[in-house]
Amino acid sequence: MDKVNLTINGIEVSVPKDYTVLLAAREAGIDIPTLCYLKDINEIAACRLCIAEVDIKGVPMRNLPATCVLQVQEGMNVRTNTKRVRNAVKMNLELILANHNRECLTCLRNGTCELQKLCDEMNISDIEYQGTKREAKIDNLSYSIVRDTSKCILCGRCVSTCKEVQGIGILDFTKRGFVTEVAPAFDYSMKDVPCVYCGQCIQACPVAALRERTYIDDVWDAIDDPEKFVVVQTAPGVRASLGEEFGLPVGTDVTGRMVAALKRLGFDKVFDTNFSADLTILEEGTELLSRVKNGGKLPLITSCSPGWIRYCELNYPEFLDNLSTCKSPQQMFGAIVKSYYAEKAGIDPKKIFSVSVMPCTSKKTEANRPEMEVDGLRDVDVSLTTRELGDMIKQARIDFVNLPDEEPDSILGQYTGAGAIFGATGGVMEAALRTVADILTGKDLDNFEYQGVRGLDGVKEASVVLPIDGKDTEIKVAVAHGTANAAKVLEAVKNGEKEYHFIEIMACPGGCVHGGGQSHVSAKKRLEVNPKSKRADALYELDKSLPLRKSHKNPEVIKLYEEFLKEPNSHVSHKYLHTHYYKRDSYATQEQEEYDKLMEKLK
Amino acid sequence: MKIFRSHVLVCGGTGCSSSNSAQIRQRFIDKIKEVNLDNEVQVIGTGCFGLCEVGPVVIIYPEGSFYARMTVDRVDEIVEEHLLKGRIVKKYLYDESIKDEKLKALSEVDFYSKQKRVALRNCGLINPENINEYIARDGYMALGKVLTEMTPDEVIKLVKDSGLKGRGGAGFSTGMKWSFAAPNKADQKYIICNADEGDPGAFMDRSVLEGDPHAVLEAMAIAGYAIGATKGYIYVRAEYPIAVRRLKIAIEQARELGLLGKNIFNTGFDFDIEIRLGAGAFVCGEETALLQSLEGKRGMSRNKPPFPANKGLWGKPTVINNVETLANIPQIILKGPEWFRSFGTEKSPGTKVFALGGKINNTGLVEVPMGTTLREVIYDIGGGCPNGKEFKAVQTGGPSGGCLTTKHLDTPIDYDSLTAAGSMMGSGGMIVMDEDNCMVDIARFFLDFTVDESCGKCTPCREGTKRMLEILNKITEGKGTMEDLDNLEKLAINIKETSLCGLGQTAPNPVLSTLKYFRDEYEAHVNEKRCPAGVCQSLLKYFITADCRGCTKCARICPAGAIEGKVKEIHIINQDKCIKCGACMDACTFHAIIKK
Amino acid sequence: MKSLEELKKLRDESIKNIEMRNTDKDVRVVVGMATCGISAGARPVLATFVEEVAKRNLNNVSVVQTGCIGMCTYEPIVEIYAPGKEKVTYIHVDSEKAKRIVSEHLANNRVVVEYTIGSEN
Repeated sequence: MDKVNLTINGIEVSVPKDYTVLLAAREAGIDIPTLCYLKDINEIAACRLCIAEVDIKGVPMRNLPATCVLQVQEGMNVRTNTKRVRNAVKMNLELILANHNRECLTCLRNGTCELQKLCDEMNISDIEYQGTKREAKIDNLSYSIVRDTSKCILCGRCVSTCKEVQGIGILDFTKRGFVTEVAPAFDYSMKDVPCVYCGQCIQACPVAALRERTYIDDVWDAIDDPEKFVVVQTAPGVRASLGEEFGLPVGTDVTGRMVAALKRLGFDKVFDTNFSADLTILEEGTELLSRVKNGGKLPLITSCSPGWIRYCELNYPEFLDNLSTCKSPQQMFGAIVKSYYAEKAGIDPKKIFSVSVMPCTSKKTEANRPEMEVDGLRDVDVSLTTRELGDMIKQARIDFVNLPDEEPDSILGQYTGAGAIFGATGGVMEAALRTVADILTGKDLDNFEYQGVRGLDGVKEASVVLPIDGKDTEIKVAVAHGTANAAKVLEAVKNGEKEYHFIEIMACPGGCVHGGGQSHVSAKKRLEVNPKSKRADALYELDKSLPLRKSHKNPEVIKLYEEFLKEPNSHVSHKYLHTHYYKRDSYATQEQEEYDKLMEKLK
Repeated sequence: MKIFRSHVLVCGGTGCSSSNSAQIRQRFIDKIKEVNLDNEVQVIGTGCFGLCEVGPVVIIYPEGSFYARMTVDRVDEIVEEHLLKGRIVKKYLYDESIKDEKLKALSEVDFYSKQKRVALRNCGLINPENINEYIARDGYMALGKVLTEMTPDEVIKLVKDSGLKGRGGAGFSTGMKWSFAAPNKADQKYIICNADEGDPGAFMDRSVLEGDPHAVLEAMAIAGYAIGATKGYIYVRAEYPIAVRRLKIAIEQARELGLLGKNIFNTGFDFDIEIRLGAGAFVCGEETALLQSLEGKRGMSRNKPPFPANKGLWGKPTVINNVETLANIPQIILKGPEWFRSFGTEKSPGTKVFALGGKINNTGLVEVPMGTTLREVIYDIGGGCPNGKEFKAVQTGGPSGGCLTTKHLDTPIDYDSLTAAGSMMGSGGMIVMDEDNCMVDIARFFLDFTVDESCGKCTPCREGTKRMLEILNKITEGKGTMEDLDNLEKLAINIKETSLCGLGQTAPNPVLSTLKYFRDEYEAHVNEKRCPAGVCQSLLKYFITADCRGCTKCARICPAGAIEGKVKEIHIINQDKCIKCGACMDACTFHAIIKK
Repeated sequence: MKSLEELKKLRDESIKNIEMRNTDKDVRVVVGMATCGISAGARPVLATFVEEVAKRNLNNVSVVQTGCIGMCTYEPIVEIYAPGKEKVTYIHVDSEKAKRIVSEHLANNRVVVEYTIGSEN
């Protein structure tokens, strides 16, 4: 790529010609302030904070252009720190603040808010404009996501993420001018629109306008309650991000410290979702083989991502029968803890309070699905996000970084590398292939890393040749992450373009490691480090370090089958570990018919 | 072709239409049939004649009698006297159109004598719903010439040479805009006519669309040929239903005659046009927001670059031109660039249409050569301010423009002079103000509009204009401070310099220009809590005049005990105690209490 | 419309009708159309003048009607006004005479003396 030479604040830089002035400035060590900028997702120059004085070969550009969309040109001279620019930026920042709910001290993003950081850095000391503010509406009716208009800065990052990245688009700018609001259609609650609660909007939001619904106090209450036996499970993705809450680099594997912290928080037993991830592989692997051998519905599609499940129920009900009937590892775990474990430990299952820590916001809604219970006992009582766990650890004043490494408790705490990689896109597929390959070949294969399903390509395809009933069969698989990519794969399957035996779909781009509940990484930080790949790397490293790397080798899982479930897909397994799905109306209101009619007309 | 010996032209512009001109036209048709003149007299509905102040307008040829303020009940008399007996009904004529008992030609009437109708040449003259009448006026000859005798580059050069600039407000060279789009290679290019005329009080484009829609269609086809586009869209605001109807009819008729569609004039050139309606957003008149709206998205402006000529509708090279700009094109092609340059000024050749409104005698539509002074337009053509009031200011450019004062009356009207004086040409709205207008209130009025219409995308426009409006409201309510004036100016400059699109960048203009030329009025509001023009309600004071009989009714009714006075003696209102509730004025039976 | 020529033809036909809407004409043909005029047959005279003028594309001629001219016995009366020339009054005009007046007087500047009021004497 050709390079372009320009001067920024007197410093000469030479950058590729497709760079914007914003990126070029970084080369000169200048961090131009931004709020609405989210690289490759939202580059709309709306906040007007990244403005600068620019002239091209001596001819000044009109007004103060926005550098985040201004392409570099030979001979450009950029000045970001003149009095004119400083005053203009300050004024725009103050204008945003004038219409913002400035309750920072009690805000969930206190300390991680990008607006707060800018105010601190840009010497904001006085806000001139004391007029009206936007109407404050808080929508906390869904289990997972809270929408708070009083804090919205109308950056549009959530809109672009939901629309362009996820291909769903339940949030958009509504109304106009000063009363513009980012909201779902007709100003419905998030619980009444086809939101899948993937929480990517929360990850995109620089402030607390979109945040998770927190259940920390419920967990504290349970821990303090002497009648309750509180158990906790931690998803694979959590350990790759929790450290970031305490200032550790993005993608540091803190498994040992995480377990230590949980024990110190007062949980009665600290288990691991990786255990039930292995369990899921046994169930789902068996299900796959059964469908392949007996002409069952193919492709089989994974069901551990509740965001994906909702997406399927809302938009692709024709694929409901393709879904694995397996519950997600979170739910399987809960069902086992209140049956098998309760019995073995001699605890009244009604006294067990089942908590999960997830990188996911959709899990909160999943835990509340009516069918997610067995014999009247909820599989999971509360699902917390990684961030909430971080908050609890801080509240308990535990010095996380310096904790020793500790091991999770048995009998539901042991896991293999296959379970650990569930958090990365392609992880479930790889784990499944490791087990299925061994089962079909009858061997303990040495070559069990499937690089073809790893990585950040939106849709990945691979195939493995395995003997089925004596015949060598090419098992074709696909992996998609992000609901927009899910749609791509499903459309290809629908119109006959592609054929697969097995598809892994994760609602979140990058897989669970970039779920809605993970630690916040600011837009600026994302220019330096890619959390999706860094955290996935941590999990693959963890996998490599473990002695057991195939789900069917997990001794605790093997024991579970021997003592309780008998065999995968057995009657008992189905009672505890399998579930059903339902077609859902997109807009769960009386206007659904009107909406359908309108959609027909527009076709 | 049937030749009628008399034509009755009834104005069908929106202004006259809302005063029942359609009924007037129908009555003419019916009465003429009644008296068996329907084979001799033709009744034609036309576009806007321009002198909206005296509408509904009916002009009867061959005499050229200009009947003004027509009503349905006058029709019969006119048919019987004028059409049957040849006796013009003088009492119904527009009084400026007759002198010493002789009818003046239209071009001699004061309102029209200084005008030069180029874009409006057919408005008021032809039936816009009959393509033959457009063709009779050399319609589609320009397109024919372009397709059979010129190359696209020659067309662009001709338009460039003419010096035609965008009449929608930006004033960018039309030829140059076309020349940016032409060399881009793409599988599809577009011509878009921006008919989303949003400035309050502006109806230039409306009149062209209603009165001469074919001129726009022909120009779009010519533009399409010049840049290599085969598809055109007219984005017209839904609040112009008559214009939409006329456009639809025009497109149908043009298609029927093969002047739109495939292989026009057998030259292999295809061009067709579709209409798209706006939905009530002023910001969609801004070209990039218009593109968003056309694409079915929310009308929010895009950043430029990329410019539409390179990446426009659906990412394809697109030229967006204003209605009036397009209306000039066929004439320029037929008569040549030198002809266009023969009137107007050197930097701004040609004419400009203005919608003259406000405190002016002759409200209506005027088209004058660039270089005509404001004084000529306001006094010679507009007839000055009514009721003997003093002229105070003229606002040009709508909510994007500024106010100019008596000092500027001799400013020639062209893009550069108006900008240098602190206003701008804008799309052609010209609102005249007299001594009874409060300039602070005027600024507030325009800002109120902008605040409502901001798309909400960028911080300075969305938040800043609202804060400016809050300050202006404070000032008009008598709660302003000198610091507020400072803040107002600072905000205005910031919004101008950092807004994303033209709406925000020009929204502060009314405020900045009134601050510059009428600072004393602002200071009166702030320091003396007084509105010199007597407009701002909160600053008005109640006074008891000499008509007071001392009946004490007001003193008794005053809730603040602010009125003092003895029986049978003139009472006085204590301004410090007065809460301006107006109860005294309502109570006084002698009308002795005034508000000023 | 397949060619520019077709368009020109349509234009030339349509122009005749539009020409009427213009008062910028030097020559005026005034036809007396009061009750006496009309009962004497002025209507077809007016129509003929209009048609013939249009046929010959005499764009500087306007044909207007007027009320009672006064000399009712001579109706239908037609007066022709031209700049710099004396008014010419034709009497007892009918359609045939109208055609001649157009072709000779208006198109070729030759007053048809025998139809004028003077020749009666």
